[in-house]
Amino acid sequence: MDILNELVAWFSDPAQWTGPAGIPARMGEHVYYSLTGLLISAVIAVPIGLFTGHTGMGGFLTASLANFARALPTIGVLFLIVLAAGIGLAPVIAALVALAVPPILVNTHEGVRGVEPRLKDAALGMGMRGGEVLFKLELPVATPLILIGMRTAAVQVVATATIAAYVGVGGLGRYIVDGQARQDLTMMLGGSVLVVALAVVTTLLFAGLRRLLVAPGLRAEAAAAR
Amino acid sequence: MIAAVGGGGLSEAWDWVVGVTDWGVRNWSYPDEPNRGIRPKLVEHVRLAYVSILIGLVTALPLGLACARWGRLYPPVLTGVNVLYAVPSIALFFLMLPYTGFSDWTAIVPLSLYTLVILLPNVVDGLRQVPDHVRQAAVAMGFGPLRRLVTVEMPVAVPVIIAGLRVASVATISMVSVASLVGLGGLGQIILSDGFRRQFDAPIVVGIVLVVLLAFVTDALLVIAQYLLTPWTRGNGGAKERRRRSRRRAVVATGTPAAASQRPTRATAGE
Repeated sequence: MDILNELVAWFSDPAQWTGPAGIPARMGEHVYYSLTGLLISAVIAVPIGLFTGHTGMGGFLTASLANFARALPTIGVLFLIVLAAGIGLAPVIAALVALAVPPILVNTHEGVRGVEPRLKDAALGMGMRGGEVLFKLELPVATPLILIGMRTAAVQVVATATIAAYVGVGGLGRYIVDGQARQDLTMMLGGSVLVVALAVVTTLLFAGLRRLLVAPGLRAEAAAAR
Repeated sequence: MIAAVGGGGLSEAWDWVVGVTDWGVRNWSYPDEPNRGIRPKLVEHVRLAYVSILIGLVTALPLGLACARWGRLYPPVLTGVNVLYAVPSIALFFLMLPYTGFSDWTAIVPLSLYTLVILLPNVVDGLRQVPDHVRQAAVAMGFGPLRRLVTVEMPVAVPVIIAGLRVASVATISMVSVASLVGLGGLGQIILSDGFRRQFDAPIVVGIVLVVLLAFVTDALLVIAQYLLTPWTRGNGGAKERRRRSRRRAVVATGTPAAASQRPTRATAGE
């Protein structure tokens, strides 16, 4: 209970909510890193996944990549990239991208691959060309799965951006790193609570995105697939 | 050291690989100091990961059973589990600190939770996909609820449960290294203390490679476990005895009611 009281005190301190080390600024940095990493990953992974899924090439490769990526320890990847490329924001973003690409790529690939053949036959029978089949049929049908991949990636990116504070950039991880350095448990816990809140909000956001982006006819199916 | 990563000649890259390997071999273990070196960290990594996976499995089974048995329980439990999954492990490790300090539990509790979260849907789906006629056949053969669960429903669910266990174990093994930030974390400590804090890439690479290897070995062990636990799924390319046995078990696993009433007699006659 003592810890809870201290946490409440930490959060209600007005000094906590202003300035470059305040919660809004740190939260902004964290969101900025995460969003940049996620967007770059999506721009890389979604087109490749659409291509491999549509053509059926490289299925084994993407599956192996996903397996391998899941086994990779995130802190090792982050520290290695930072060590090789130097301290700064770009290496951190590069590490986030390296971790976020595999889940998005695999889910996009699987989503497009999983489109029912008879739907594709129907689309071809209606006279659609390859590109039309991809964008008018396969992409909408695959959207729920792509979004699940992006959600997985986003949660992982938010978590890893926390560790990024260890390599000298900002974000919510600063509270954890600085708290550790000052032996200030309340500060560490406060930072952790904020990271948890951001991760949960991210998950909820993707639930909202699904409502917005998934075609109404697919929603029931998408819910069942989850 | 790092130049080769950035792109040097082939021989430079080779030298780098040799250097990393050399570091790994030299620091494998110190006979005089049992807690120093890579080996004790690998042992700690295995201990933290396996204990967490085991606890996660042991809690997921009864919870999954309850959810499969009482369907109304499942949606709220699933929502809770999905929210938990969104919580980053690093935050959870720190939030455990006031309660468990620097003991193993700080790593084990969050990691078992993750295993539980990944595994629970698989346990429920695995139990739900037991065909109704198989269940009825078991009832007709006089199996009580517990015997039916242990000898019929659980074996049928094994492949789905192991599929979940494979995902969970690989994720857990890689996540153990994050616990190095709270002073635990097995191989993660090599990555953090020997590697990053000293700006030295060899320990980081050795740590990553060992974590990935450990994950793949564990995955292979689970595949073998599934092979041993589900003899009925094997093709009939083996010996006659095995074929007969697998056919008999297949009755329990997937057989139709008609087959269930006929085949056992034949199998017993064969023995």
